[in-house]
Amino acid sequence: MKEITYREALREALREEMLRDENVFIAGEDVGIYGGAYAVTKGLYEEFGEERVKDTPISEAAIVGLGTGAALIGLRPVIEIMYIDFTTLAMDQIVNQAAKFHYMSGGNVKVPWVLRTQGGAGRSGAAQHSQSLESWFVHIPGLKVIAPSTPYDAKGLLKSAIRDDNPVIFVEHKMLYNKKGPVPEEEYTIPIGKGIIVKEGKDVTLVSYSKEIDEAMKAAYELQKEGIDVEVIDPRTLKPMDFELIFESVKKTSHLVIAEEDHYTLGVGAEISAKVSEEVIEYLDGPIIRVAALDVPIPAARKLEKRVIPDATRIMDGIRRSLE
Amino acid sequence: MEEISKEEALKLLYNMKLIRAFEEKAGELYAEGKISGFLHLSVGEEAVPVGAISVMGPNDYLTSTHRGHGELIARGGDIKRMMAELFGKKTGYCKGKGGSMHITDIKIGHLGANGIVGGGIPIATGAGAGIKIKKTDQAVLCFFGDGAVNTGAFHESLNLAGLWKLPVVYICENNFYAMSVSLYRSHAVKEIYKRAAAYNMPGVLVDGMNVEDVREKVKEALERARRGEGPTLIEAQTYRYYGHSRTDPSNYRTKEEEDQWKKRDPINTYIKKLKEKGYLTEEDVEKMDKEIEKILEDAVKFAEESPEPEIESIYEDVYA
Ligand SMILES: Cc1ncc(C[n+]2csc(CCOP(=O)(O)OP(=O)(O)O)c2C)c(N)n1
Ligand SMILES: [Mg+2]
Repeated sequence: MKEITYREALREALREEMLRDENVFIAGEDVGIYGGAYAVTKGLYEEFGEERVKDTPISEAAIVGLGTGAALIGLRPVIEIMYIDFTTLAMDQIVNQAAKFHYMSGGNVKVPWVLRTQGGAGRSGAAQHSQSLESWFVHIPGLKVIAPSTPYDAKGLLKSAIRDDNPVIFVEHKMLYNKKGPVPEEEYTIPIGKGIIVKEGKDVTLVSYSKEIDEAMKAAYELQKEGIDVEVIDPRTLKPMDFELIFESVKKTSHLVIAEEDHYTLGVGAEISAKVSEEVIEYLDGPIIRVAALDVPIPAARKLEKRVIPDATRIMDGIRRSLE
Repeated sequence: MEEISKEEALKLLYNMKLIRAFEEKAGELYAEGKISGFLHLSVGEEAVPVGAISVMGPNDYLTSTHRGHGELIARGGDIKRMMAELFGKKTGYCKGKGGSMHITDIKIGHLGANGIVGGGIPIATGAGAGIKIKKTDQAVLCFFGDGAVNTGAFHESLNLAGLWKLPVVYICENNFYAMSVSLYRSHAVKEIYKRAAAYNMPGVLVDGMNVEDVREKVKEALERARRGEGPTLIEAQTYRYYGHSRTDPSNYRTKEEEDQWKKRDPINTYIKKLKEKGYLTEEDVEKMDKEIEKILEDAVKFAEESPEPEIESIYEDVYA
């Protein structure tokens, strides 16, 4: 296996799918000549031309709508919204239109687009450029939501997302683009809706995703030194969520902590927590703890930003609380 | 064109120079790693905010953008608090929570820079509607870029303002690029001022490298707004000398194009003009530069020596 970055893995997925299927095209702000605000699409404009790698005006609603319209008539658009914060400008097109089209039409049409976007804090981008809004989309029936944490997952899941017949929100993280990891030379895909056990353990289940996984792993290794054996699970897909994997782990460990970068209230962890309470509460030996971004807008100053986003220390505290 | 007094002319020059010096200093500090987050510099575009804001009334309002240092400085913003905000310090305009893109100063009628392209346009329109309800003779200057013209917010707002005859002057700082995408690759109609026709308001083209031209045209538009005749769309053509942000190599435009615009530099051409008029000597320019240098030195010192925000402040100001 070769070692490549998350950014390169995404680019490989896009390129391979564009070569495989001529119906795949890319559209978004600065995705062409510039190669994307975070350089993911670099080189694709040169390789595939401006008909298949389209620089759009700053018109988020129209970008999503053009994806939907093109998808309805048989294309497979990969549209890019530069920051997840800007999906707010396209919410009608995402939530009222694309997500529901298949259902509302009684299965008449389908909307096989992928909306690539990126979220998260870490660059002092302040309150309008640092959010993690993935749970908004998880809430909406008809959308699938993916949030990969490694180059391997990013590539395999993006390929599956492009081949999927539904609108898929593909959430990258701005602090992961330079993260390196092994990726096979040969073609592969990863099924949507399947999580993985990143680290096995027997004392407590720690569910996390996207960039927060790295903090979760740090916490797990630190606690290992104290004799606490943490099982780390990355669902990778947030909708549909691999609850079975989480249930099995909780049955084994009897403790559950969720670490996430979105806000605490009604975040992804709230849903996991509720679901575990409903289905396997009899296995639990302690409270389910959510370690999430504080319920405040993300501040710019580094010191404040760092405090708002959960780090390994906060996750360790959360785990200790769950075990008390 | 109306004759501008020597005093006023020197003030225009001074403000343009102050903006440029602030931007250059901020750029240096960013390179040194003292400033983080987003930093969009307006070097080259100084004539637009300075000319426009010079004719604003004391009780008027403005909205600004992600490239907003110019508007704040032209309106008399506090240089020390600006710098401290870029440093993420407690003494900054936003107590370190906002950074460059979110500075707001209601005391001087500044209703905010914005991290969302087009985000300020409906807000300026709302302030215009509020003025109409309150029946005062205030007006609003709404600044935005050429890229923002392609947002839904632009269309919805200008239609409403044209319909209700709101006292808003919409000023497009057309620097011909939205990040990497040139106006010629993103606008169906290349002359932005012509879009005014769709909203039943006058569209005015302005030389955004000429501070007096900007001033003159914005003055007329403000008078029109105060007479109750409604909004105006002004397109001020200008150019940003640096990349979109501090990480942009500008590989989507040519050196020749950049040089062409720099020949028409708003500050250099104005200095030349004022010298010809006998308003200014080289010594005056040097004196002005020294004065500005001192202001920035003091601001940087203030920012560096200011305390960081306390962790507890995270929870402050979430709700009013
Ligand atoms: C709604 C939205 N979409 C995209 C962006 C990312 N973005 C920030 S500035 C910018 C270009 C803006 O161009 P323009 O309006 O011409 O202003 P300029 O930067 O040239 O001053 C883009 C695309 C954003 N901040 N908000
Ligand atoms: Mg522009």
